[in-house]
Order: sequence, then structure tokens, then C-alpha cells
Amino acid sequence: MMLSRQFYFATHLAWRQLTHGRAKLAAATLGVMFACVLVFMQLGFMDSLNESSTIIAKRFQGELFLVHKQSQALSATVPFPRTELQRVLASPYVDSVVPVYIGEAQFKNPETKVNRTLMVWGSEPTETVLNLTNIEQFRAALTRWDTAVFDESSRPEFGDIAVLLKQGPVVTEINDRKMEVIGTVRIGTSFAADGNLITSDQNFFRIFPSRQPSQIDVGVIRVKANANIGQLQQDLRLLLSDNVHVFTDKEFIDYEYQYWQSSAPLGFIFGFGTIMGLVVGLVIVYQILFTDITNHLKEFATLKAMGYSNRYLLLVVFSSSLILAIIGFIPGFLISLGLYNLAESFTFIPMPMPLTKVINVFLMILTMCVFAGAIAMQKMRSANPADMF
Amino acid sequence: MDTVIKVQDLNFSFGSGELKNQVLKDVNLQIKKGEIVILTGPSGSGKTTLLTIIGALRAADAGSVQVLGQELVGVGEEIYNQTRLNIGYIFQNHNLLESLSALENVCMSLELREGYNEEKRKCLGTEILSAVGLGDRLHYKPAKLSGGQKQRVSIARALVANPKLILADEPTASLDKVNGQDAVNILQRLAREQGATILLVTHDYRILNMADRIIELEDGRIRKS
Repeated sequence: MMLSRQFYFATHLAWRQLTHGRAKLAAATLGVMFACVLVFMQLGFMDSLNESSTIIAKRFQGELFLVHKQSQALSATVPFPRTELQRVLASPYVDSVVPVYIGEAQFKNPETKVNRTLMVWGSEPTETVLNLTNIEQFRAALTRWDTAVFDESSRPEFGDIAVLLKQGPVVTEINDRKMEVIGTVRIGTSFAADGNLITSDQNFFRIFPSRQPSQIDVGVIRVKANANIGQLQQDLRLLLSDNVHVFTDKEFIDYEYQYWQSSAPLGFIFGFGTIMGLVVGLVIVYQILFTDITNHLKEFATLKAMGYSNRYLLLVVFSSSLILAIIGFIPGFLISLGLYNLAESFTFIPMPMPLTKVINVFLMILTMCVFAGAIAMQKMRSANPADMF
Repeated sequence: MDTVIKVQDLNFSFGSGELKNQVLKDVNLQIKKGEIVILTGPSGSGKTTLLTIIGALRAADAGSVQVLGQELVGVGEEIYNQTRLNIGYIFQNHNLLESLSALENVCMSLELREGYNEEKRKCLGTEILSAVGLGDRLHYKPAKLSGGQKQRVSIARALVANPKLILADEPTASLDKVNGQDAVNILQRLAREQGATILLVTHDYRILNMADRIIELEDGRIRKS
């Protein structure tokens, strides 16, 4: 009998066997669904946390970046002399440079008066360092003394600044200095920062009186259109002090990503959760298939006596596991989609559901079910037609 | 080919060493095409073992067993599967698949074979179920059928593919007198129509009259009568 034909009949029989016992089918579907949701959530949290670690690095606008070699991440920078950045201008391919100052400050919730730490990003207000929608409109206002723009996706503990702004001017204390929040942008929170504040370089030094304009945290380099970025990077490495990294934008993001990968073992934590979910699903599916085979051993032995090969009956078990994978995955996926949205609204960290993730999780669930089926098949081999008489 | 079953010098034992238990001893047997033969004998006489060896369900390693022209001693699983396709089995318990209707259960016999499309299978299935008196129960699941009806479905399943040989093991054991007689009569009638050979193991003296020949097995040997 041809394999495709055999597969068709086996699938048909598997489907009939599965749908015969509604309660059993419901239990199996729930088991697969449960595993599916667990895996989706674990991977979702892992991806979103990984993603969030580079959320600000990705917004930096520039072709090359200078950071001190002792800097570990944007939230743990070591300042370096501004003169390094100015030396870059010697190259005919460099269009302009922007020094960026980064610090952690205490932001007082204007309503509860409770202080909480956020990241402060300072740069010349005439330059756009972070790619943000509607940051341009605050340029002029940021040149005023003691003004700042607040990231409205910061943790709610900082106060609902966007709503307060609609009611009137918002004045609060940042590092015990009275400052006005003149507007909000949307950046997104990460491990490193519960909240973000954007201000001018001059206001930055008012918030951090101990910081010197001559010591910068990141140097952003914009190159001319005719520049060969790779070549320029090489040239700058020779030109500049050994203390600074010269990064392309990709390397800059990567550096940030690697820091969080090594400092927070997310892969292990969430990988462990994923495996546990799959193991639970495996046990449930195995139990269901095994019980089903045990209960119908006589019928299967009869089929063998009728001339059905062992391979055909293994195909029935295999098809059963495929069917369970599919009918458990669909509701599991839909529930996960809902939970992703729910989690996004709680954590303010984006939880995307790209097609690759859907496919990957489906393959995991499929493998789980097939593996459960493969163990259950051992029982099927014990269906001996000679014992039927 | 006139001889359907030819068993020569068959010996068969369970276990090995000290625990070795010889069940069949120098069995010689020939059954011709179209014969209805009843194999009887006390419990433990080896009749079921003989039936499973002839049915290609159990491997024997000494002697010769030829079924439908195929030697079964010392061949592989593939040959067994092919031989089983030409044999219709009827068990003491009906062993129908609970999830399938009477018609679908019967059609399972045909799905194995090339040359039947869905329509043809249904048609043949309906025909044979009508012949066993279940034409009005085609789409009933086994749970909705009585014991006698279930056994008749299993007879239909065994016969639908026109097997040349039918092996039955205590087909009336779980049925009352009327249903048992009924089932056996149907089996006999259809086998005669199809020209099939029947080898039937039974204790049930009430159905002995259907046989052309009765073979008695005692302590692993065929009793000369």
C-alpha cells in the first residue's frame, strides 16, 4: 500500500478515534494548549526583555559612535574627554559630531512627591540625537533654563505626566532641582531604566552639577554622504586614543545587547520555563495516547490480524499526535495573542508576535506531540494478534 | 489448487529449557477448498495455537505449514501480512472499533486493498451487511448494537473482501443459542456462496452439525477417528 494512501487512512482513523471520546479529546487539547501558552509566554517575555535592552541604543541617530572602552552599557557609561570627539572633525568625511551626556537622576512624582530613579539624556537642543516622533517641537523650549521632556512610557510610579500636562504646567524636582516638564515623548522602558528624561546639555549640567561639559558619555558622529563608513572607522581607530571604541550603529546596538545578555541570564531562565512547559505537555499527550492505545489494544490487534502492518498502526498514533498538536496549537496561539496584548499594557514593554515565533512555537509543540506519540507507540507494538484468540 | 491448508509434521512449543511446553506434536492436516472444518478438543489441547499458526499470526519453526499455497514456516513479517490479507478472521469477541460505524468497520477490511475506491467500498460494505441482516443498521456504532448484531458485523467484516479462507475462534461463545445458531448459519451460507473454506474452533456442540468434517485435537495431537 502506498505511503500517502496509508497516511490518509491512518489519519482518518486517528481522527475518528480521537473524536470518539469528547472528554478525552478536550483533556488532550487543553494539555497541548496549556503547553503552547506557557511556551509562548516564556519566549514572549524573553524576546521582549531582550528587545527592550536595546530600545534606546536603536534610537540613536548617527553612523559612528564613540564610547569609553570601560563603558559597559548606556546605563553604565564611563565618560571620556570631549576632545576625542572633536579630533574626529579632522576627517574630511565627517559632517558633524554631537556629544551626549547620560546620567541617573531622582525624579519626584509631582503628585505623591516620591522620588524614583530615571535616566537623563542630555545633548545640544539644536541636534536630534534620539529618533523620536514629535521631539522637534520641544527644541526651542529645551533651550530655556530648567526644562525637560518626559518619556510617557515610563513606569506609572513617576506620575501620569501626560495627563497633568493637559491640566497645566508641570513643575517638579529632579535631583532636588526645580524643573519644568514641557512635554512628553514615547521611548519605552527597559531593564536599565524605569523612566527616561530628555533635556539640553546645559540643563543636564544643572541637574548634575558635578558633571563637566568636557567629559562626555557618547559621541555621535554623522558622516558625509560620500564617506566609506568602514574605512572611516578604521581611520578613526588609528587617530583616536586607545581608550575609546569606534562603533558602527550595528555594533553600538550589539554592544548594548551583549551586556544585557551576559548580565541577565534570560536565555536560561526563560529557556527553562519553556522546557518545563513542553515537558508538562508531553506527559499529558503521552498519557492520553497511551491510555487510548491500551484501551483499544484488542481492536488494534484485530487490525493487525486483518493484515494491517505495524507501520500503519504507528502511523495512526503519529497522526493522532499531529492532530493533537494542531487542534491544541490554534486556541493556544489565540490565547497567547490576547495575553501578549495584556502583558504589553501592564509592562509597557512591546511583545511582538512575528511569524517566525509562531512557526517556531508550532514546531516545538509538534515535536513535543510527535515525541509523546513515539513513546506511546511502544505500547502499540505490544498489540499481538496471536493473543486475540 | 485444491488444497487450501497443508500442515506437515508441525511441532510447536512455548517457552524453553526446563519450562518448555510442547503444545503441538507431529500435527498433519489437509483441508480442501470449500470445506467447512470444525476443530474441537478440550481446553489446552492446542487448537487455538494451531489456528493462530495457520492464520499467520504466530510463527512456527519446525515442520511445514502451507496456507493458500504459501509456506509460512521460516518466512518474514512481510509474508505474514500478505497472507493475512487473504484470510478472514472471526474472533470470540467482535473487536469492532468503537469509534466507527458498522459500515466503516466493515470497510476497514477493504481499505487495505488496492482497487477499491470509496464508493465501491461503501457499496460492497452495504451489500454484505444487508446479507447478514443489518441493512438497516449501517451507520450504527457498536455501542448501539446487540451482541448478536456485533458478531454479525464482524462476520461481514471478515467476509467482505472475499477471503479464500475463514478462520473463526469460538464465534458463538459470547452469544445465546438463537443468536449463535443465526451467526453460524449466516457464516455457512455466505462461505458457500463465495466458495470459501472455513476452519472453525469451537466447544459449542450445538453448531457441530454445520461441519463437513470434525477434527479433534487432544494433548497436541490429532485424534484419529
